[in-house]
Amino acid sequence: MSGPRGWYRNPWRKPRVLQVATWGYLAWSILPVVIAIVISFNSGRSSATFQGFSLQWWNGAPQGDAQGSLFKSPDLHAAIIQTIRLSIIVMLIAVPLGVAFAIGLDRWRGRVAKTANFTMLASFVVPEIIIGVALFYTFTYTLNAAVKLGTTAQIIGLIAFQVSYPVIVVRARLLSIGKEYEEAAMDLGAPPRAAIRRVLLPMLYPAIFASFALVFADVVDDFVTVRYLSGGSSTETLSVKIYGAVRATPIPVYNAAASFMLFTTVVAIAVVYVLYKRFGRGQEGSAADFAAGQL
Amino acid sequence: MRFGTRPGASSRVADTATRASRRRGNKRGGGEGVWYPRWFWPSFATPASLYLLVFFVLPLYVIVSIAFGTVDATFQSPRPIYQPWFWTSQYLTKVTRDAVGYQRGVYIRTFIYVFIASVLCVLIAYTVAYYVSRFGGKRKGLFLTLLIAPFFVSYLMRMLAWINLLQIEGYVNKILGWIPFVPHKVNWLGGYPWTVVLGLVYGYVPYMILPLYGFLDRIQQSLLEAGRDLGASPARTFMRVTLPLSRQAILAGIVIVTLPMFGDYYTNNLLSNSPKTQMVGNLLDNAVNNTGQGPLAAVLVLIIMIILLVPMAYYLRSTSNELKVST
Repeated sequence: MSGPRGWYRNPWRKPRVLQVATWGYLAWSILPVVIAIVISFNSGRSSATFQGFSLQWWNGAPQGDAQGSLFKSPDLHAAIIQTIRLSIIVMLIAVPLGVAFAIGLDRWRGRVAKTANFTMLASFVVPEIIIGVALFYTFTYTLNAAVKLGTTAQIIGLIAFQVSYPVIVVRARLLSIGKEYEEAAMDLGAPPRAAIRRVLLPMLYPAIFASFALVFADVVDDFVTVRYLSGGSSTETLSVKIYGAVRATPIPVYNAAASFMLFTTVVAIAVVYVLYKRFGRGQEGSAADFAAGQL
Repeated sequence: MRFGTRPGASSRVADTATRASRRRGNKRGGGEGVWYPRWFWPSFATPASLYLLVFFVLPLYVIVSIAFGTVDATFQSPRPIYQPWFWTSQYLTKVTRDAVGYQRGVYIRTFIYVFIASVLCVLIAYTVAYYVSRFGGKRKGLFLTLLIAPFFVSYLMRMLAWINLLQIEGYVNKILGWIPFVPHKVNWLGGYPWTVVLGLVYGYVPYMILPLYGFLDRIQQSLLEAGRDLGASPARTFMRVTLPLSRQAILAGIVIVTLPMFGDYYTNNLLSNSPKTQMVGNLLDNAVNNTGQGPLAAVLVLIIMIILLVPMAYYLRSTSNELKVST
């Protein structure tokens, strides 16, 4: 058999079309981001063409630009601090809250439990703009005596949106663990709380560490909730600054800011990975848990 | 996932038996099953449940109260009405009248964009997931790493990357300039529908690839071999075995990408920012940012929720089924 017809009929031919499509997709999905990072080191003022290497948009004094560079501009510097502050606080609150929620939901039966589970899933699937806008109006008109727009409102809103992530990651893990280990611990005389703390919790470490990384990275990237709930430009994060300015003035300083966010995310994941290697030995599936949380 | 078999599915009977014995079991927890205090598991779930009640459910009620409320005459700020018996429906009427009137185009456009973008997502995601799961071979790990890579990059940065590329002096126009007779001074960011659709596809397709891959990877090779042994061509095996098996995974993938697409306003604002490509999300975002339009924004939130009711219900049902099967 030869010719295109023979090629088509050959059941053992290599799937060349699929292969080209897949590599094409991968190039399409990754190259633009690589180019965006390269442009953050541009020596010119354009974010469209690379004109030469320079660190001016990161730590220099770009000529003729009021915004300045990422690390030197007071405005962007404050945004970096706010980004990190929100990410760490939200991560530290949302993950423990979510892990306990996951354990509770996994075991607690009945109508109330079902409603709680439904609410959690609803908060997970609702588009972020809906939670953002709803909380914006709640903090402006209903709870305005208690919470003003600003850092506190942002933290509260982000937790409301993020708490379902650890729940979903941890529950996936709980399903694969089963109840036998705790029951064995309790048969050996451990009180329920000790069985949870000393047996179940260590088995959940991979999922918990993955949740920390996931929530941190997600808060760094968030600009919907954070933008609606920021009281003014002083509580805007890097992503909100980029969102607000990049269309009007697409200069490489925003590429630097976005690259810095990516860098922060990667560092956070690396730190979590190291901690996990240190404390979560003998456990498998951290990467799988991370992937599960993204779905 | 509810697809495929779970080892836990068969132990349901045994599980019920343990639970029954647990109910009978004494307080100290003997050899058969373990006894927990009644408040034990609820105490784990209570803090987060209360949190969601106050900061997720209550805000949704505030939205309803604003949607059926009025506007302060002097400050133009919305005045929520919390008692259902005082509700007025003037803003609901206005928004629905606009929706069938001069804003009809926005709603139709939203559905068309989301439809085209999700069809493209399915085509791309299925091709990639199918290739990696069937023919990934030794390179599967590498492929998976590359497929997960976009998750580490923020949505904003991925849109920023396209702003860079699609500017008039950008690399897309440069490449087009090499091809004769193709216009290469196009301002792609000036309100082109295809730019917005491209942005939506680029932004959300990774969310579809991974679940599809997870499903296709679990299809048993023996089923495909059976198809081939019975004389079906590769194409026919695909059409009659693989595709019907993956119908639910495709549906789940579509739900995963359409839910955020309907609430999306940023892709549009970043890649077009023109009224010609406005979507429902943009109407909402604009209404929130304009004073005096609070109730309109609240009604739009409700409208988006109604549009999303079917995909959300599907998602909730399939996840709860999956949990039921696995416990």
